[in-house]
Amino acid sequence: MSLTSAFLAIVRRDLLLAFRRRAEMANPLFFFVLVVTLFPLAVGAQPNLLQTMAPGVIWVSALLAALLSLDGMFRSDFEDGSLEQMLLSRHSLSILVLGKIFAHWLVTGVPLMLIAPLLALFLGLQDTAMSTLWLTLLLGTPMLSLIGAIGVALTVGLRRGGMILSLLVLPLYIPLLIFASNAVERAASGLPVTAQLNILLAMLSLAVVLTPWPTAAALKMSVN
Amino acid sequence: MSIIPAAVSRFFHRTASSPHFYALADRFIPWLLVIFLVLLGFGLYGGLYQAPADYQQGESYRIIYIHVPAAWMSLFIYVLMAIMGAIALIWHMKLAEVMLISSAPIGAAFTFIALVTGSLWGKPMWGTWWVWDARLTSELILLFLYLGIISLYGAIEDKRSAARAVSILALVGVVNIPIIHYSVQWWNTLHQGPTVGKMGKSSMHPSMLVPLLEMAMAFKFYYGVVVLQTAKLELLKRESTAQWVKNLTETSE
Repeated sequence: MSLTSAFLAIVRRDLLLAFRRRAEMANPLFFFVLVVTLFPLAVGAQPNLLQTMAPGVIWVSALLAALLSLDGMFRSDFEDGSLEQMLLSRHSLSILVLGKIFAHWLVTGVPLMLIAPLLALFLGLQDTAMSTLWLTLLLGTPMLSLIGAIGVALTVGLRRGGMILSLLVLPLYIPLLIFASNAVERAASGLPVTAQLNILLAMLSLAVVLTPWPTAAALKMSVN
Repeated sequence: MSIIPAAVSRFFHRTASSPHFYALADRFIPWLLVIFLVLLGFGLYGGLYQAPADYQQGESYRIIYIHVPAAWMSLFIYVLMAIMGAIALIWHMKLAEVMLISSAPIGAAFTFIALVTGSLWGKPMWGTWWVWDARLTSELILLFLYLGIISLYGAIEDKRSAARAVSILALVGVVNIPIIHYSVQWWNTLHQGPTVGKMGKSSMHPSMLVPLLEMAMAFKFYYGVVVLQTAKLELLKRESTAQWVKNLTETSE
């Protein structure tokens, strides 16, 4: 089996597993909508305030929703032993891990991307910023899965890894949060956002290349 | 292996053996302690008595002699930890793991000190305990990185794998620190104007600068003392069943 087909097999398998458990798949999405809903309730429903806060609120909620979904990335594979099979396979673990991350993004990141414009509409985000919001999510949500994978791989062997996972992963999400919400903010006030999008693209490229290594190393550690 | 001279690799192998390191640390600690105390004395005397008051900030600028060295140490120790992590992962050197994990609480403490003194300094200077200044924010994030390392190490029961996990995390963190630092700086300059209270480093008078450097060196030696002590303790804990530890406890009784 070639490396490409192994990669695709992993993606197909994970997607299949996710679609067999559709209810679980929807949870992060509901969480995302719910967190966004909490903000108007907490800070008041003044349209101006919500409009200025919209980029930040959507991005913070996306971050939290991604965090919630991360835990499942390697959990079942770790428990049923498929992770060990992957370690034993003759293909590079980091490529296989990249396949799992890609599948995770398809299952959790893409739904966030699809529903975020609707929520932005609820918060009254300007129409001009919609396309930018969408672009930042397109560039940013894969990064959430990629960086998060390191944290999950480090904590998968722990019984109560959830809290530690957030402590490990959230600080690493900060640059993404800064550039993404800033881009949307600037787009809302009609300013150019090319620089921000370029930086996000650069960070994504860097993350695709670099993050599978520590993830693979951490998985090897967790399985031992 | 052939790139490394035989003498160097012999030195490494010898230092890496726990009993040898333990004895070496015992021999080094008093010296480091003395140098630390001397430098601390000079630094504090120079900084608190000899150096003139700042023409803008008055006496309250003197907190710089704690604040700045602590902030330097917070970064220095993290980078050192990442180097230890790399050594631990590549050569499976147990001692590097021990040094890495012993450094984490010290680094976190320095970060905390830098934050607290910065906040105390901010009150008279900026009129507020906390501003979302770029440096303050990235220092706060650094504290979270340290806490992540400490709690991950604590959570994994098998200490060998815990050390591996922490090494990976330290390396990931050190790649991220510049990215975090620059993005926070960039975020800040976009949100508010240039921050107040930054000192013109280049125009610092020698009478102020020399004590600052002395304090910075003193902090380095302090770190040396504490990390060796902590590493000794960690070694004893890890190898409590080893023969050399038993010999040690028997002779000391």
